[in-house]
Amino acid sequence: MSDASYTAPSKETEASLGDYFALLKPRVMSLVIFTAFVGMLAAPVSVHPVVGFASILFIAIGAGASGALNMWWDADIDMIMKRTVKRPIPAGKVQAGEALYLGAALSGMAVMMLALSANLLAAGLLAFTIFFYAVVYTMWLKRSTPQNIVIGGAAGAFPPLIGWVVATGSMSIEGWLMFALIFVWTPPHFWALALFMRSDYDDAGIPMLTVTHGRPSTRRHIFGYTVVLFALAVGTGFTSIGGPVYLVAALVLNTLFLKGAYDIWNRDEVASEVDDYAVERKFFKLSLLYLFLHFGAILAEALLRPWGLGGW
Amino acid sequence: MALKVEHEIHQRRKGRNVGVGLMLGAFVVLVLALTFTKITSGDFELPKANEISQ
Repeated sequence: MSDASYTAPSKETEASLGDYFALLKPRVMSLVIFTAFVGMLAAPVSVHPVVGFASILFIAIGAGASGALNMWWDADIDMIMKRTVKRPIPAGKVQAGEALYLGAALSGMAVMMLALSANLLAAGLLAFTIFFYAVVYTMWLKRSTPQNIVIGGAAGAFPPLIGWVVATGSMSIEGWLMFALIFVWTPPHFWALALFMRSDYDDAGIPMLTVTHGRPSTRRHIFGYTVVLFALAVGTGFTSIGGPVYLVAALVLNTLFLKGAYDIWNRDEVASEVDDYAVERKFFKLSLLYLFLHFGAILAEALLRPWGLGGW
Repeated sequence: MALKVEHEIHQRRKGRNVGVGLMLGAFVVLVLALTFTKITSGDFELPKANEISQ
């Protein structure tokens, strides 16, 4: 190749460290870090700070690695959807193969290191989470069934359970309740997004509930799941991870969430288009706050416990 | 004047390499801290000499 034919990569196409970091889905990672941290602190066993820090870091890296594998596999549809078109692969900054190697390497490293820092059960759960998100959800469910988000939501629900297992070395009802909280929360959260990101999923050919069963059915489903979530979230308040602080937070948040879901159920497309899906957008924002404050309340109960104030 | 003018792309790559280097350094420190924590914890026991020879 002569010098004349050589064209140096432009500023726009040369990947920076930040582009590789973006492959790990930092926003999802922050939720994973927070929920795994709460799961670990809510457990009745104390963890050495170094072990706790390392374990949370490896859980986050494992979750990020599954995000990179997701971006490798979904590069074709990410190019179509407005929401994902700026991701590093569709933007042309990172090659799809690089995302695969990064995801695979970090997955292996995170699982092995979690086994060394915590225990084999936590590492096994992390490996299963990565497999579930990258293979079961991304490669199989996402493009084949409208239940994609329902079953796939399990992948995002494992971190607090893994945090609990890091501390205790075993699984218990409290760990599974935190899992269930995220698992049941996920469908209404994503269905609200699908309602106002109107054409994204249609264009990409993803069988979201809005596409396969219609938008009125999606609205009913959001309400139905929110009712189940109400019972689950408030019920958790009476277990050993709950307490007065959590119960008050759960009652307020679930009442607001249920009201939002009811409003969505009682709206039609004409009304939604008039205000550009204001109610759906508000519900989506509330859902983010909902999860953060629920786990914040569990954390508050755990932090108050040494002073004899947390729990029942 | 420098004999070889550094292209902006090289600066970006240098930044990337420094970033990877720092992360690897942090990883080594973390493994060291983790090892120290594990071997100084109460439940850590070295295998007995007769167990090793068997």
